[in-house]
Amino acid sequence: MGNKQTVFTHEQLEAYQDNPFRQRIAQVFSEDGDGHMTLDNFLDMFSVMSEMAPRDLKAYYAFKIYDFNNDDYICVWDLEQTVTQLTRGELSAEEVSLVCEKVLDEADGDHDGRLSLEDFQNMILRAPDFLSTFHIRI
Amino acid sequence: MSQSLAFVLNVPETPQDPEDQEPSPYDESEVHDSFHQLIQEQSRWVAEEGLELQQRVPGAGALGASGSDRQALLGPEGAPVYSTATLRILASMPSRTIGRSRGAILSQYYSRTVRLRRRAGRPQLRDVGRSARPSLRLYDLELDPAVLEEDEKRGLLVKELQGLTVAQRDHMLRGMPLSLSEKRCLREESRPPRGKRRARGHRGLLSCCSQLRDSCILASHNLGLALLSGLQALMPWHYALKRIGGQFGSSVLSYFLFLKTLLAFNTLLLLPLLAFIVGVQAAFPPAPSGSVPAFRGLELLTGGGRFTHTVMYYGYYSNATLNQPCASPRDGGQCTPEAGGLPYNMPLAYLFTVGVAFFITCITLVYSMSRSFGESYRVGSTSGVHAITVFCSWDYKVTQKWATRLQHDNIRTQLKELLAEGQLRHRPPRACGRLWQAAVLGLVWLLCLGTTLVCALAVYSFSELVLQQSRVSAERDGALLALPLVVCLLNLGAPYLFRVLAALERHDSPVLEVYVAICRNLILKMVILGILCYHWLGRRVGTLKDQCWEDFVGQELYRLMVMDFIFTLLDTLLGELVWRLISEKRSQRKGKPEFDIAGNVLELIYGQTLTWLGVLFSPLLPAMQIIKLLFVFYVKKTSLMANCQAPRRPWKASHMSTVFISLLCFPSFLGAAIFLCYAIWQVKPSSICGPFRTLDTMYEAGKVWVRHLEEAGPRVSWLPWIHRYLVESAFPIYLASALLLAVIYLNIQVVKGQRKVICLLKEQLSNEGEDKIFLINKLQRIYERKERSRVGRTEEAVTPPAVFTDDWDAQ
Repeated sequence: MGNKQTVFTHEQLEAYQDNPFRQRIAQVFSEDGDGHMTLDNFLDMFSVMSEMAPRDLKAYYAFKIYDFNNDDYICVWDLEQTVTQLTRGELSAEEVSLVCEKVLDEADGDHDGRLSLEDFQNMILRAPDFLSTFHIRI
Repeated sequence: MSQSLAFVLNVPETPQDPEDQEPSPYDESEVHDSFHQLIQEQSRWVAEEGLELQQRVPGAGALGASGSDRQALLGPEGAPVYSTATLRILASMPSRTIGRSRGAILSQYYSRTVRLRRRAGRPQLRDVGRSARPSLRLYDLELDPAVLEEDEKRGLLVKELQGLTVAQRDHMLRGMPLSLSEKRCLREESRPPRGKRRARGHRGLLSCCSQLRDSCILASHNLGLALLSGLQALMPWHYALKRIGGQFGSSVLSYFLFLKTLLAFNTLLLLPLLAFIVGVQAAFPPAPSGSVPAFRGLELLTGGGRFTHTVMYYGYYSNATLNQPCASPRDGGQCTPEAGGLPYNMPLAYLFTVGVAFFITCITLVYSMSRSFGESYRVGSTSGVHAITVFCSWDYKVTQKWATRLQHDNIRTQLKELLAEGQLRHRPPRACGRLWQAAVLGLVWLLCLGTTLVCALAVYSFSELVLQQSRVSAERDGALLALPLVVCLLNLGAPYLFRVLAALERHDSPVLEVYVAICRNLILKMVILGILCYHWLGRRVGTLKDQCWEDFVGQELYRLMVMDFIFTLLDTLLGELVWRLISEKRSQRKGKPEFDIAGNVLELIYGQTLTWLGVLFSPLLPAMQIIKLLFVFYVKKTSLMANCQAPRRPWKASHMSTVFISLLCFPSFLGAAIFLCYAIWQVKPSSICGPFRTLDTMYEAGKVWVRHLEEAGPRVSWLPWIHRYLVESAFPIYLASALLLAVIYLNIQVVKGQRKVICLLKEQLSNEGEDKIFLINKLQRIYERKERSRVGRTEEAVTPPAVFTDDWDAQ
């Protein structure tokens, strides 16, 4: 993937493992939720991350990826985890909580303090970039 | 709550110990795993100590974190307090189960499919129960998840899927969040078996047509898939684009995708020209006139010399009907006795082919522009920028470690900028600060427009000079390159000047800076091209009265294109390679230069405008453009990999693609179309060369043909009628404009209405949320009171229902 050689050195493999959500992706797409993927799970993952997957399907899986505690809602803790991983911990705690507050203000439709799947999908509808960023080229 | 609610609330008993429970919802698979564990722990706690239960949330106070204005489920200690019974009911809410169980997914998609098939409208008001607010849930035909087994739900779903058309079924299946193997099974099962087709005979012709259409669609779909998998191997640059996306992200990739789009447009333009003009004329070459000059190397730059009397230019094409069977012996040299050959009217073919090629390009451009707009702009898409930055800005394509580090930095910078912007908005801007900013902005714009004017004057005076020189002495080949050289130098130098001037002004948002820079560069290029067009059609035509001016214009455009290519190479070399060497020597920290997406895209648009301007005079110009684009792709890609880094500014790749395509359509294609229309309608073609040499305007070829048709007889009289009433008269244009304005107005009103509906629905959503929290609070209070009464008075088992209504009134 991305290189025509078939045997990778350790350094080269390290270079490919820099997605901050790689653990979550493995957990979401694996059958038992602990990160061990079968071939079918692997195909599922690439099917969802391909160009042809519809927006709602991608939003569904993105929601599951960002839901760190697997409770079907993206609560404030999940948001804080997401922001911290996105910025590699380089934002101060105050800034992180400010960002989370603003995100909840903007996206939370029923004002229960957390994002449900519908809130998330509604927010994704307003982001045309999502289809091109939530996409892995094979 | 003034009236008493006459319902009986069946409160199940809280268990003394876990073993005595009747089968309850949390034993089934619908209950969430973490809740299951929680309930077990807390039931044990209750049994041991008989205390009130606390819910632990991972993190600090999930609900009601900041809301004094939000109804929060807060207990006396400030943390949410639930009892087991409440937790049980909460855990089995339909919205909690949709993400988890396959059964819930199947039932949700079943209801969606049913809705799609029957297109259920709004439910009748009399069916609405007496609730306070008719909720949107009434629109759903949700299956009761507790009643049916998963297999039954699956069977129902398959049955519904069979009733859809193939396209709808595929669309529905593609959107389901199930695994691939399950989707494949569903698809196999929902294909209609052959036997059933005969059973539906009573619907007759309609079902036959729809089945035929279905099978056609299915066959073409399969063929398309097979072709696609075959084409994947042939698709150009697939691996290169993947590497670029992986190292530099979506924004730089958008430039290369745009280049690929332009390649497609040029191929689309070239094919009809090759088939109907170039190929035919090459098969029937005219008699050679005069001696053919020898090939010198300079022809590749000037386009003249050896290339002049070839299919490359307008002058080569004959103005007679080709392949005509010999009618009379007096017809001289053009008699090629092809028995049964079709006569081919060259002037008409030339005019129509160019017109149709442009028309097809126009339709394709407008279609891709509207599709791009539809994808990237939404009603209300300007709000929610924090949420979009957090969730949609990580590019999963990027694989290299240093590139992901850059992404982390970009996102952090973006978030910091957003926070700073938010704080700035809270402070009111100073009046004199704004005035100063406006003054600086106005000054910079004035300077830029002044520079553009100076460049335009320079081009104009130089072109006049060249004209004077040509009158005095015959032009040497080398001197022909002077004007293109000047134009390209100005096109190269002025944007750098604009960049220096733009450093003076300070914009609120960096994206606006980019748009302003694009705007200024575009104005410069279009003004220069406008001056050149006037020079060709206004002045050169007069000067070259006895020569072939169309050939000359075609050669000028060829020269401009070649010079543009050379200067692009130079710019890449100097702008990127040399700058990287210098900046590396100076300071290690500064790093590589950024890839200038906007400037490069404008170069591409400029080159494409030149092609469109020159198609009428040089039908092979799109082929040159294709070759040029191929070279540019490889040069830019090599330079990018070696010398550049991704831009630090936040680039919305989809917005930029829309902007590129609309810039391609509006100033670029529109200008070329206007130039073409003027050349066809108003300018007299030269009298010694080309397919229109005996006519007053190029358009007259069409008129002559229509006159022929009128004389031909009454059978084809509708064509002259169309020509007289639809093409020649002005009424259809007025009608079309009025229709267009009406459609635009209707669309604006529809968008306004949609905005209002969105506001209303948002309000309704938040009200429903408040309702839900209110009900949960009430439920919790009931259980609390029951628990207290059970603990306090051990002899009372169940409180009579009447007590509830009193308590309810007392709230």
